Amino acid sequence: MRLTCTVNGASQQVDDVWEGESLLYVLRERMGLPGSKNACEQGECGSCTVYLDGLPVCACLVAAGQAEGRQVGTVEGLAGAAALSPVQQAFLDAGAVQCGFCTPGLLVATHDLLTRSGRPSDPEIREALAGNLCRCTGYEKILDAVRLAAERMSEPGAHR
Amino acid sequence: MDFLRPTTWAEALEARAAFPGAVAIAGGTDVMVGINFGRLRPASLLDLTRVAGLQEWGTEDGAVRLGAGVSYARVIGELGDRLPGLAMAARTIGSPQIRNRGTVAGNLATASPAGDAHPALLAADAEVEVASVRGTRRMPVRDFYTGVKRTALAPDELIAAVSVVPPSGPQQFSKIGTRNAMVVSVAAFGLALHPDRRAVGTGIGSAAPTPRRAPAAEEFLAGELTSAGLWESRAELPEATAARFGELVAAAAAPIDDVRGTARYRVHALSVIARRALTWAWADYRNDPAKEI
Ligand SMILES: Cc1cc2nc3c(=O)[nH]c(=O)nc-3n(C[C@H](O)[C@H](O)[C@H](O)COP(=O)(O)OP(=O)(O)OC[C@H]3O[C@@H](n4cnc5c(N)ncnc54)[C@H](O)[C@@H]3O)c2cc1C
Ligand code: FES
Ligand code: FES
Repeated sequence: MRLTCTVNGASQQVDDVWEGESLLYVLRERMGLPGSKNACEQGECGSCTVYLDGLPVCACLVAAGQAEGRQVGTVEGLAGAAALSPVQQAFLDAGAVQCGFCTPGLLVATHDLLTRSGRPSDPEIREALAGNLCRCTGYEKILDAVRLAAERMSEPGAHR
Repeated sequence: MDFLRPTTWAEALEARAAFPGAVAIAGGTDVMVGINFGRLRPASLLDLTRVAGLQEWGTEDGAVRLGAGVSYARVIGELGDRLPGLAMAARTIGSPQIRNRGTVAGNLATASPAGDAHPALLAADAEVEVASVRGTRRMPVRDFYTGVKRTALAPDELIAAVSVVPPSGPQQFSKIGTRNAMVVSVAAFGLALHPDRRAVGTGIGSAAPTPRRAPAAEEFLAGELTSAGLWESRAELPEATAARFGELVAAAAAPIDDVRGTARYRVHALSVIARRALTWAWADYRNDPAKEI
């Protein structure tokens, strides 16, 4: 089947999509957007987290056809032309990235959290990231990164 | 495989009738796991996410009618005050990403004994509205579960909505698992006190072939509260009453040993979480004397 949707603001059309395919597969294998990672294909790890019509979801659990005509946002869409997004920069600065496999999903989930809630409490951060597993960092640096990004983004004149 | 995308409820029911091999898909949080792992290869997918009206909820005859497509995230965000027990259960389901997609109707149709919506729906006396091209019928949720992962849905039927009357008293939900996020319940319990009709509602999860109520526990507690005048006095609940209630809830279970826990553990856990849920609910009831009955 043919699938047409908007990804990171640009219209995308792909053909020969198998009806049982996930949005994650379409993004990675058909649209050349391998940022979203495939680690579990069962919704457990969150490394495939993308925005679907503005809500963070596991792309591995969205049937390709369910994305028809919808707005998809991936980690590739977070950075601006000139600079990384504040969330991405904070993850680098705080040392929250080791192997990096979980990072794209955590970036999208964190971006969503900080868009909804400017200065989240620690329990709010933990709750928002509960669906994203990391096997390397032990999460402490990730929490540091989220706090750092929240601080920077709430400074007057900061961009998101 | 075909991908069917009805945009109206009539089209969805026609497609359900015309394609018996089709599998309905809402949030996809059960269906896609099956497809990704090759356990599910339906002849077609019947996507319900574009059906107009299915993603809405409203009030009807004093009950909240929750359209089959409403996500857990919206139950939590929009109905936390009106359907507290269901919202509590919803908050424990999966992760934010899962709750943004997963639906109560999907939980019902999967009918896993471990599905977390069931105890809350049972305790609140929810009704399931199912429909086909032949017509619409409603049933109490307790009649919806017919066996392990089996339901009263006919092959040509879809779930249209779930109706829940907002409670006249407190509701609680408690579940035991290995961690806080993303766990399949080892035991779960839902409780609703219905002071308006001097009744008690319960729901047990993960501890029997189907989600079920604990009728003896319900009758015992309602009887104690009535005979001791506690509905009116809102006095302290005797510890022995709470403990006996927990025992009777556990006695209603028929669990199995599996990788997540032994039957013995489940029975014990149920007696504890049922007693605790009652203690919390009773504290809510005592602290809310403004709510006249
Ligand atoms: C990582 C992860 C964690 C999870 N954690 C929990 C948890 O903590 N507790 C819990 O209870 N569940 C959990 N689940 C299971 C799942 O999220 C729930 O069962 C959810 O309610 C399914 O809803 P859905 O809309 O995604 O269903 P889908 O996957 O779209 O469908 C599920 C079933 O329902 C049928 N169906 C859907 N809508 C209808 C309808 N309107 N009429 C008839 N049939 C229909 C489908 O054909 C399918 O058989 C988890 C799943 C994942 C992947
Ligand atoms: S790959 Fe989707 S949640 Fe793990
Ligand atoms: S950095 Fe390796 S999984 Fe998180």
